[in-house]
Amino acid sequence: MVTDAPVAQTRLEQELAALAGSVPDPEMPVLSLAELGVLRGVRMREDGGVDVDLTPTYTGCPAIEAMSADIERVLTDHGIPQVSVHTVLSPAWSTDDISAEGRRKLAEFGIAPPRPHASDGPVPVSLTVRCPHCGSTETELLSRFSSTACKALRRCTSCREPFDHFKEL
Amino acid sequence: MTATETTHATPAGPSAVPAAALALGDDALVLSHRLGEWAGHAPVLEEEVALANIALDLLGQARVLLSMAGDEDELAFLREERSFRNLQLVEQPNGDFAHTIARQLYFSLYQHLLWTELAAGQGPFAPLAAKAVKETAYHVDHAVQWTVRLGDGTEESTRRMRAGLDALWKYTGEMFRPVEGVDVDGAALEQRWLAELDDVLSRARLDPPEGPRTGAWRAGAGREGLHTEPFGRMLAEMQHLHRSHPGASW
Repeated sequence: MVTDAPVAQTRLEQELAALAGSVPDPEMPVLSLAELGVLRGVRMREDGGVDVDLTPTYTGCPAIEAMSADIERVLTDHGIPQVSVHTVLSPAWSTDDISAEGRRKLAEFGIAPPRPHASDGPVPVSLTVRCPHCGSTETELLSRFSSTACKALRRCTSCREPFDHFKEL
Repeated sequence: MTATETTHATPAGPSAVPAAALALGDDALVLSHRLGEWAGHAPVLEEEVALANIALDLLGQARVLLSMAGDEDELAFLREERSFRNLQLVEQPNGDFAHTIARQLYFSLYQHLLWTELAAGQGPFAPLAAKAVKETAYHVDHAVQWTVRLGDGTEESTRRMRAGLDALWKYTGEMFRPVEGVDVDGAALEQRWLAELDDVLSRARLDPPEGPRTGAWRAGAGREGLHTEPFGRMLAEMQHLHRSHPGASW
């Protein structure tokens, strides 16, 4: 839903966008910011500085500050004199913005990836969430809220392991 | 249509936006703080995490809104009680768990309807609303599940859920009074809220509370800066660190 506008225009901007996009997510370091889909734009300014647009997963997500600092550091190390990271809310981020590769890595990391979007907010629990450990579809919800704002806590009734589920937003 | 005309806030010029952002931002900030008070006290670990997560969502919304009204830290930490514009409902103390759930049910049903409405418009709150409506859907889900579980639970849980709903009922009318700069039809919002609430309460086998929802001698003036007695103490706790150490940072 956000790919109608390119993240970067010129070659240099594309290069910088790739660098910024390669920064790992501070809470789920298996995912890069590009795979998470939170990088919205990279623009060169006339003064040689760079503007970066970043969108939060949740409005109150505390990781956004660490993301901004990491992007600033990576681009500064690349020789950009001044980096300004801006938080943009619109269009709102959705779990559908996580790339296919990102979903694969989440599952590999032990976090059940979000299901494709149905409507806004909660998805009926009848749609099954697969256990990222043993692959069973026999899983149950323990809590709608878990270790971070974006996850719910579930348990596999086959292998008995609890696991996080990246809940649909 | 008469009701619509009297309750629909006039679509105001840009000058009304900071004041409107302050009102909505104060709701989110104050409820966030109240929910944060559960940390270390919630009945089970999962609820500790759930309430803190909901508080975090609200804090995020508050930060965006207060930044539209001025400096977020100054607004949160350096205002006196009478300058806060939040609803009296959100400042009410936590009480027992059922009391908190009753407050969550009333407020999150309202807030979800409000964000839905604002997300559909083109106003200054539309970008935040589009994001917040999805977060709030989970808050509604949480409150509804618990209301049904407690209301249709044991004799004791039913009694407590009932008591929480009754005690907070008189603060619910204020949510639908017009706020200048917030372009929603309060009367229509209220009808939808009542319908959704009725549905939840019938699933919880509870009767809707009785009694006035507004017009009581003190309830319903939070938007004008008139707050209930427990609010001052909450603010003292929320602000004292910032006021004691001006300019301190991590």
